Order: sequence, then C-alpha cells, then structure tokens
Amino acid sequence: MKHALLTSGALMAALAWGGAAAAQTDLTMWYHGAGNEVESKIVHQIIDDFNASQSDWKVSLQSFPQAAYNDSVTAAALAGNLPDILDMDGPNMPNWAWAGYIQPLNIDQSKIANFLPGTKGIYDGKLYSIGLWDAAIALYTRQSTLDMLGLRTPTLDHPWSKDEFMAALKAAKDSGKFDYAFDPGMAWTGEWYPYAFSPFLQSFGGDIVDRSTYMTAEGALNGPDAIAFGEWWQSLFKDGYASANQDPADRDSGFINGKYAFSWNGNWAAVPAMEKVKDLVFLPAPDFGHGPKIGAASWQFGVSATSAHPDGAAAFIQFALQDKYLAAFSDGIGLIPATTTAAAMTKNYAPGGSLAVFFDYSAQEAMVRPVTPGYVVESKVFEKAVTDIANGADVTDTLDAAVDEINADIEKNNGYQKQ
Amino acid sequence: MARIDPDNRGLRLTVRYTVLTLIAIIFVFPLIFMVMSSLKPDHQLLTDTSSLRAFLPVGDISVNNYFDAFKRAPVAMFVFNSVLVTGVTVLLSLLVCSLTAFSFVFLRWRGRDLVLAIILATLIVPFETIAIPLLLLSSKLPWIGLHGLTWGWLNSYRVQIVPFIADGLTIFLFVQYFKDLPGELIEAARVEGASWGQIYRRVVMPLSGPVLATAAILKFLAMYNQYLWPLMVVQEEGYRPVMVGLQYFFQLNPAWGEIMAYLSLITIPVLTFYLFLQRAFIASIASTGVKG
Repeated sequence: MKHALLTSGALMAALAWGGAAAAQTDLTMWYHGAGNEVESKIVHQIIDDFNASQSDWKVSLQSFPQAAYNDSVTAAALAGNLPDILDMDGPNMPNWAWAGYIQPLNIDQSKIANFLPGTKGIYDGKLYSIGLWDAAIALYTRQSTLDMLGLRTPTLDHPWSKDEFMAALKAAKDSGKFDYAFDPGMAWTGEWYPYAFSPFLQSFGGDIVDRSTYMTAEGALNGPDAIAFGEWWQSLFKDGYASANQDPADRDSGFINGKYAFSWNGNWAAVPAMEKVKDLVFLPAPDFGHGPKIGAASWQFGVSATSAHPDGAAAFIQFALQDKYLAAFSDGIGLIPATTTAAAMTKNYAPGGSLAVFFDYSAQEAMVRPVTPGYVVESKVFEKAVTDIANGADVTDTLDAAVDEINADIEKNNGYQKQ
Repeated sequence: MARIDPDNRGLRLTVRYTVLTLIAIIFVFPLIFMVMSSLKPDHQLLTDTSSLRAFLPVGDISVNNYFDAFKRAPVAMFVFNSVLVTGVTVLLSLLVCSLTAFSFVFLRWRGRDLVLAIILATLIVPFETIAIPLLLLSSKLPWIGLHGLTWGWLNSYRVQIVPFIADGLTIFLFVQYFKDLPGELIEAARVEGASWGQIYRRVVMPLSGPVLATAAILKFLAMYNQYLWPLMVVQEEGYRPVMVGLQYFFQLNPAWGEIMAYLSLITIPVLTFYLFLQRAFIASIASTGVKG
C-alpha cells in the first residue's frame, strides 16, 4: 500500500510538472546586440515582460556580437538550425526572404500603421520584418562655424542646394581653420558606404539599381545623373575638401577636435558629440537636384522560415512594438523611435528635443536601400566603385564596370526570382 | 694582434646585441602598445597613437578598461572555452598524429606512400573550401550523451575539437622527425623483442620532445585563433571562444581601450604556453629546419 501511494504520488508530481512545462511552448530568439549592455538589458526586459504576460509562449534569448551575426545566421540556415525569432539589418531582409531564411510576418497591420516607413520590411508585397527604431543621417556642424563662414542655416523645407553646399565647403576650406572642410566618414568601410553615400547618388537622380524592375543597373548607376554624382564625388577629394584615406581615429574624434567643418554622421553619434560640442547643429542633407535624401531601415525583427511556431513568434514581435519599448531603446541607445507617440515619450526625440530633427529627417528624407535580394552584392559593388572614384579612378569606366558586375550577378542568380 | 682580438670581439658583440635589441624591440613594441593602451581611456589612447606616448604609461592611467571588459563580455568563460578546446585538441592531435606518422615511418603496409601523399596533399586545401560540407556533416552526426542518442553536433565542445585532431601539417612534422631517428635504435628494440606499441612508447616518444613542442605550439596557435569555424557551429554563448568574443567589443563606436584590455588578457595563455615550450621549440627548429 505504501509502495502504491508512493508510486501514485510520484506519477501525480510528474504529471503536474509535465503540465506546467507544457503550458508555455519554448521559442528561441537571436539578437545582434551582444556586448551592448544597455541594449541587452532592454531586450531582456521585453522578453521577461512577454513571458510573464501570457501562458502560451516562453521566449529565450541568444545574443550575438553584431560583426559576427550575419555569418552565424547564414551558417545556421545551412545547417537547419535557425531560431524562431531573429533580427536582421533592414537591407538584408529581401535576401533572407528570397533565400528562404524568413517567412512573412503575420501581425496586426493596424499596429504598425503609424510606424516610420523605414522600419517596415516589405518585400514582394509582404511584410517580413518590423523595426522598433530607425536611424538617420545629418550634416553635423557648429553654429559658430556657420556664423563664422556667413552661411545660411538650411532647413528641411529649404535645404542647401548643391551650389550652396559646395560654397559652404569652399568657405570652410578657404578659412584655413580646418584640416578638411568635409568628413564623409571614409574610415567607416562596409555598409556605411551604400547607406550614407548612395542617397547622394539618389539625390542626383541615379540609383544603385533600376528599381522599376530590379533586373539591371544599366542607366541607374551609369546614366548621366550617376556620372554627375561620380564627378562631384571625385571633386570632393581631388579639390581637397575631404580625405579619401581617413584614419579611423579621425572619424571618431576629428569633428569634435575641430579638424572638420562638416561631418556626415548618424543620429547614434549625436549624444556623445553633443556632450563635447556645445553649439552642435544637425543640418538636413543637401538637395542635389532630386530632393534631399538619406538612408533608411535599421535592425528589424522577423520570423524564421523553419519556425514551428510562427504564431508565437509573431505574438512576441507584436508585443515588442509597444511605445514604451520603442522609447526605452531610444533613450538607451539613441535610436529614433518608430512612432511619433513613442518619440513624445523620449528625452531626445520629443517635440523640441535636441534630436527631434532626426525624426523629421527620417520621416521626410529617408529612402530605403534597394529592396532586392541582390542588394547584398550590389552594396559591395557600390562600395568599391565609390572608393575607386574617390581615389581618382575614371568615373564613367568605374560606373560602367560596376553596372556590368551587378548585372552579371543578377543574371547569375536568374534575376533573383522566387525560389 | 693579441691586443686587437679582444677589441674585435667586443665590437662584434656590440653590433650583434644592437641588432638583436632592435629586432627584439620591433617584435615587442606591438605588445607594449597593446598593454599600455589597455591602461588608457579611449580619447587619450587615440591621441597618443601619433607619438611615442603610445608606448609609455603616461597620462590618465588606470585598470578601468579591464573592469569594463569583464562587464561587457564573459571574458573568463571565453578564455576557459578556448583553453579547454585548444588544450584537448593539442593533446589528442599529438597522440593521433604521432601514431599516424609512426605507422608511415616504421611499419610496412600496402599503399603507405599513396596514403601519405594524399594526407600531404590536404595541406594545399584551405579550410574555407571544406567549411560548408563540414558544417552540414557536423549538423547531422549522432552523439550519445547524458540525454541519450541525439543528432547534430552544433553548440558543443566536440564540434570544435574533433575536426582538428588530425591534420596534414602535424603528421608531416612527425614523419620528418621520425625519419631522422637512428634506425639502429628501432632495430635493436625489435631484436630485444619489443612490440611496436612498446617501441612507440619507450623508444620513439621519449626522443621526440622537440617535435612534440613544435607541433604543440603550432596547433595551439591555430586552435586558439579559431574564428570562422566556431562562428559557424556555435550559436550558444556558453561555448564561444575568445576570438568570437572579441567581436563583442566592436560596437558602432569601438571601445578601443577595452579591446586592448581584452587582447592583453587573451594573450596571456598564448605567451605562457610559448614560454613553457620555447626551449624545445627552438631546438626542434634547429634540428628539423622547419621555420614557424
């Protein structure tokens, strides 16, 4: 009898334990923010809140260092080892969707109706990813520099034209007070180049690829507008306004130390810069003829194609879209919250806040990078082309070669048709 | 003449030591730069790079970067993982590769030369070319452990160890060294009735200190610096090695002081291991003509 009681007791305990364990289905999530204490804290907070808010799903996190993240995801996709939820850099999303790493994101569309356009990862007409924040670029300078050089302060409604921008650079150079008039950020190789410099090309009227079909770069990257961009870009270095070979240390601190009059930089660098430069101002992008442009799309969340629980993964992502989390990320790491309501909750992006202009730039100037699986190759071809042009290569030949390389890649991948 | 010789000797020594000192400085300065930079705040570190101050403990000196490095990443765990994976791989590699080489040099079997040639041919195949097939294979291998039979080796120590136990270079080093051992010793042992196992343990290995040190150091460095493979096969933080951990410090604005502190810390096991084996390593280079 005693033995029977013990057995039934153990059985009941096992059932109870099993029932509790089965109550919440495990979901795995990968995130690119390892090494960033603030970011990790916020992500963990969202996960803890989500896990406590319902009894169906339990998310567990695995963080990766950003520089190793894409390679890890690609390897895991090959090995069939992707998590349920993963984040991705916006311009990579089409490639990952095309390659079958991620699936369309099934969340309530009304929840993201007021999100900044750059935060929505839409490919082939479907939403694949959504970002809690965006990033934006501005032309950093000092108010005292503008005053000293007698320059008009450009605004979003009335940005500098190409001629005004070049006149500003010339005035800065002629003043003799700076090593270089302009710091485009040449030391930040990699995705910075297409993110930061292709908007100049687009403002000239060109593009990395023909967005009407995404089947060719012919005409977009080597047409008259693109060649005009290339000649202007080369003149920055040839005429001594900028350095093609920048020391990384100068990129980090050159503007702050007064080496440059103007610096092309992102909102993520704004808070530390403001602490050191008291009269820092953030000017909108110059208009080179087709409107002022800046890049868009930062890191976004999506659901892996192999997830056995896409509804749970989507439920978590939808949960994370609350304004309080958008605001927490913004306050924590200086990013632009995806909605105006979240911006109003932040210290820097609330109306009248010191970085509020970035929200406006993101809303009105931002243009996503080409939404095509081929972008991962096109971005590298563009990076090489602008590097070569900056170093004195023939503009037309370089852009023609870049077009050939992009077109060859598109052809090799059968036009990046759906697999 | 009797008065000139000592002078010449003194001059020769002076020149020799001057040249050696200069060479030593060239090799040591990067390490000094790393350690000195690890003691400075970022803004000073970047400013100092343009002068000799970069090599001196001057300015705002502290160990804050070390504390911050430990706060940013589980440094001790990464070092432990690397030392464990590297140590086990080195030991198993020395055993397996020396046994393989022993078989090639001392045993007579059909196809021996062909197999050795194939193994040596693998030296010209870069790891990157086999990384993806190896990944696919590793993700499907069976394993019997605490949880019974499981499939897939990803996220484990074994997936970082097993593929690197045997390699062409280490086998080649042992083969070359064993060939130079006096054949009379082996023959004498055979005449005395020793088995091949006894010859391996009692005759060959006790004479192989230099090649063991060389193979160990080369393997240690290769394993300790592993980046691509662990990046591909380890998604769980608990198994990550030091080189993947280094990426934790490359944020949008890299924390250079913390990077230098981290590098200083992860260099300690390498230096310790090298100093421990350097005498045998140098003896091995002198005797085999292999340059590291």
